Amino acid sequence: MAQVIHQSQVRGKRRAKKQVPHIDMTPMVDLMCLLIVFFMLTTAFSKAKVMEIVLPEKIKDPTKQEAPKISASRTVNVLLGPDDKVYVYPGAVKPEEYSANPPILPPLTETDFSAEGIRSILLDRNKALFRKINDFNAEVISGRIEISQDSAKSMVAQLKKDDDTGPIVLIKAHKLANYGNFVDILDEMNICGIARYSFVKITWYEELMVERAAGIASTATASAR
Amino acid sequence: MPKIRLPKSSPHIDMTPMVDLFCVVLIFLMLTTTIRQPEPANVDTPFSISETPLPDFNIMTFLLASDGKVFINFDNGSDTILKYRPKILAAMGERYGIEFTDVELRTFEKQKSSMGIPIGNMKQFLNAKDNNERTRLQVGIPMDSTDNQLSNWILVARQVNPNIRATIKGDSNTSFEMVEKVLDILQDRNVNRFNLITSLEAVKINLEEIQQ
Repeated sequence: MAQVIHQSQVRGKRRAKKQVPHIDMTPMVDLMCLLIVFFMLTTAFSKAKVMEIVLPEKIKDPTKQEAPKISASRTVNVLLGPDDKVYVYPGAVKPEEYSANPPILPPLTETDFSAEGIRSILLDRNKALFRKINDFNAEVISGRIEISQDSAKSMVAQLKKDDDTGPIVLIKAHKLANYGNFVDILDEMNICGIARYSFVKITWYEELMVERAAGIASTATASAR
Repeated sequence: MPKIRLPKSSPHIDMTPMVDLFCVVLIFLMLTTTIRQPEPANVDTPFSISETPLPDFNIMTFLLASDGKVFINFDNGSDTILKYRPKILAAMGERYGIEFTDVELRTFEKQKSSMGIPIGNMKQFLNAKDNNERTRLQVGIPMDSTDNQLSNWILVARQVNPNIRATIKGDSNTSFEMVEKVLDILQDRNVNRFNLITSLEAVKINLEEIQQ
């Protein structure tokens, strides 16, 4: 008898175990999946990057302040033109040349933003410094020089500061250029490791040069002279 | 040899660990992310090799849309007590003789996307009921020499938060004429250091090619 009771107890227990409801989790998984996808799409995963540029201070009183003088032999003028074109001319235009009638203007080299375009021109001028920076970086990466990242950066900055053969790049933008061109050219400065570059306002005769080279109607006003 | 009997019904997979995992991922995402604010204009930022990340605080952003509109944005400061946004708006209202109520200032604090509203329409913007009405009012900040509100925004922002830095977020197709105008106004206010927002792009230079 006792055995029978025991058996029935076992049976009852088993039944109770079977009655534990099995919750189907699949819809919950679906829901979670949707939420995760939603969050991943709405959130800014990669933070935006910034590029710093410092413009020379505006000269407010021309009688007291004078524009800094730079040597013409090292100067490279980069003119941003319409339709993603870049024009380059070395040196400077002398006052007696542009004020002549008609103005005597140097020829422009037309190029573009591709690796064979402006980059190769700038790298060609900046070879010595670029190789120095590159060798230094290679030595840091290979571990021959043990240096922290911050001091490596300041070493590169020092290399740039000491450089006295590389070009001084003056960036000038025609008003038909776009903002993308402007960022691209500043980016090229960083890529090529140009030590000295600045963004300056375009002069009327440079506008004229760009317009002639691009073959568009002149917009330079005579009053600007 | 006994035959191996395969179960006829399909095996039941227990989904509970998967739910646990998803829960963890979901909570992680919810806590770590800040939801992207919808901008009044679509802007495709140009590419560069710069790897410096955009700072979270103390920035004023100038959004230059390709259609020539300028939008401006400030942050609230690194601490919620600082409340830079309402302070900037209140100071700006003072300059133009408009007094904003506490409710309006609070709405401005919460509305964190860029705005391009002439100060005269600001009250209407802040009291707008729906987003459609808001977007209709986004006409860009006036910056002509007769009514240079952009210049005043810069001045006021720098008075409220002296550490504020200028960042420029422009579309690649924005004409340079407009960019120059904004840079000019900033330089008139003695801001000479800018951060340009870009997207990251990898560039490789073949050194052998140059040395030839």
